[in-house]
Amino acid sequence: MKKKRGRRALILLGLLPFALLIIGFLLVPVFSMLTGSFMNDSGDGFSLDQYVTALTNAFYFKAIQNSVLIALFSSLAGIIIGALAAYSITLFSPAVRNRILLMSNMTSNFAGIPLAFAYIILLGNNGIFTLLFHEWGWDIFAGFNLYSWTGLTLVYVYFQIPLAILLVYPSFYGIREQWREASYLLGASPVKFWITIGLPCIAPALLGTLGILFANAMGAYATAYALVGSNYNLLAVRISSLVTGDVVTRPQLGSALAVLLAATSIAAVWINSMMTRKVAAFTSGPSESPQSPRTRLFQTRKKVSTDQKSLTGRESA
Amino acid sequence: MTRKMGYHRILISFLLLYLLLPLIATALYAFAGKWDHTILPETWTLDWFRQMSLDARFLESLWNSFYLCGISVLLSLIIMLPTVFIVTVYFPRWEFLFKSMVILPYAVPGIVAAVGLIRTYSSGPIAISGTPYILIGAYFVAILPYMYQGLRNSMLTVDAPALLDAAEMLGVSKITAFRTVILPNILPGITVSILLSFSVLFGEFVLTNMLVGGQIETVQIYLYNRLSESGHLASTIAILYFSFILLVSIGLTKMGNFMKGGLRL
Repeated sequence: MKKKRGRRALILLGLLPFALLIIGFLLVPVFSMLTGSFMNDSGDGFSLDQYVTALTNAFYFKAIQNSVLIALFSSLAGIIIGALAAYSITLFSPAVRNRILLMSNMTSNFAGIPLAFAYIILLGNNGIFTLLFHEWGWDIFAGFNLYSWTGLTLVYVYFQIPLAILLVYPSFYGIREQWREASYLLGASPVKFWITIGLPCIAPALLGTLGILFANAMGAYATAYALVGSNYNLLAVRISSLVTGDVVTRPQLGSALAVLLAATSIAAVWINSMMTRKVAAFTSGPSESPQSPRTRLFQTRKKVSTDQKSLTGRESA
Repeated sequence: MTRKMGYHRILISFLLLYLLLPLIATALYAFAGKWDHTILPETWTLDWFRQMSLDARFLESLWNSFYLCGISVLLSLIIMLPTVFIVTVYFPRWEFLFKSMVILPYAVPGIVAAVGLIRTYSSGPIAISGTPYILIGAYFVAILPYMYQGLRNSMLTVDAPALLDAAEMLGVSKITAFRTVILPNILPGITVSILLSFSVLFGEFVLTNMLVGGQIETVQIYLYNRLSESGHLASTIAILYFSFILLVSIGLTKMGNFMKGGLRL
């Protein structure tokens, strides 16, 4: 009996290093951020001031608004293009299909600082296309400015598309060929098939992916930081300058904004995992979908893991 | 049918062009000599690569990246391997709690994690802000989801609990069984986790910049600092970085296929 208890203690001892690191670098910082967000500027006493400021002060509210808008636009564009492309990819032969997916996955690694830089070469003040359009006299693009809201959205869309393809692609394999044949036999047009069967079938996957894309864009920092620095008012940029700014820091307010940002991301990831569970009901059939190794990593062999999500393409910031 | 397929071909061609264009532009810029007001570079040169390989600051940042990422991944492996093993074998009922904690760093953006870490370590008893220690700790947490999922999946794939039972019935202790039976079996899974974690950390910018940005220059930080100084140098670094990540991804895909093949046996 005594020996058994000793062994149990030894086993628990094996978990100690993990516990220490988790407490030190995850739990304590999260706790410190949460408590900090409920303090006033001098750092003592409970107060909701920071949240009130974050949501009513025009400057900070604008940052939240800008972030939400850019995240919404870029993820909507990303999911529409991504879903159309993913469907097209499913129609190619397996060899071509894999090559296209490989290329799309490859570009999803191209994010953050290098991506911002590539766009400066393409569309910056002296960019290739800027010069090209100027030469051709295409004045529509003359007003385009990479370092503005439009430019930023354009770059965001770039890193959303490969991620959208990666996440939506498997769900198309949930639509069985027999369903399509059956609906055509019963006289449905392709459009009717997609509206009544196809889209409802992949809707959970689309919604879940939209959540991930939204969170991805909300938390994106490196791309915006490299392109517009602190000049453009975005939530992530605002948080960073409130906490580590050169002029004045307001860590409590930064914490409150960070908590708000974290809440949106966690909600988005949660929605995705709920939706993935729904999709699993469709896709856990005989039709097999090829997946990237990263997606596979997040699935167990026995059951489809609830947080089936790829880590590629996350703005690796 | 062929006319229908035509639309899809065009769509995908445009997509690939769109996705590859920034890469191609960066590559062109890295090899371009004179390129001011023309569509394509006027002259070509390898000078930027030569300059970069002679740049002591770049070499130092490369070394910083490698050793910081290497130590973090190694630390994570040393700690996570026994932890995942113990949780899978002895406390399977706690797993959901464990998992939700480990997944947290994935759900929360890096900028948020940085805020908490700065608050905790910029002052007080453990003021390690700006040192490699805080970064390694932050990196450890950042790669937790990848390490945990990778290790756990490979342990479940080889059915570690059943293997252990079998080994114990044959009179071997659990530790020996782990070392001689389980470890060799999950080696491919470990390799994938290491590669993935390493490539994630190599591209990390937010945590690095906010925690140690002023003190330590990693490749990403160096790239950012150089962005405004020399575009050509920056693009050579971007291309090198991308090639490196590409090699790692190809390695991952190969390992993934290998594991899949191994499973069928």
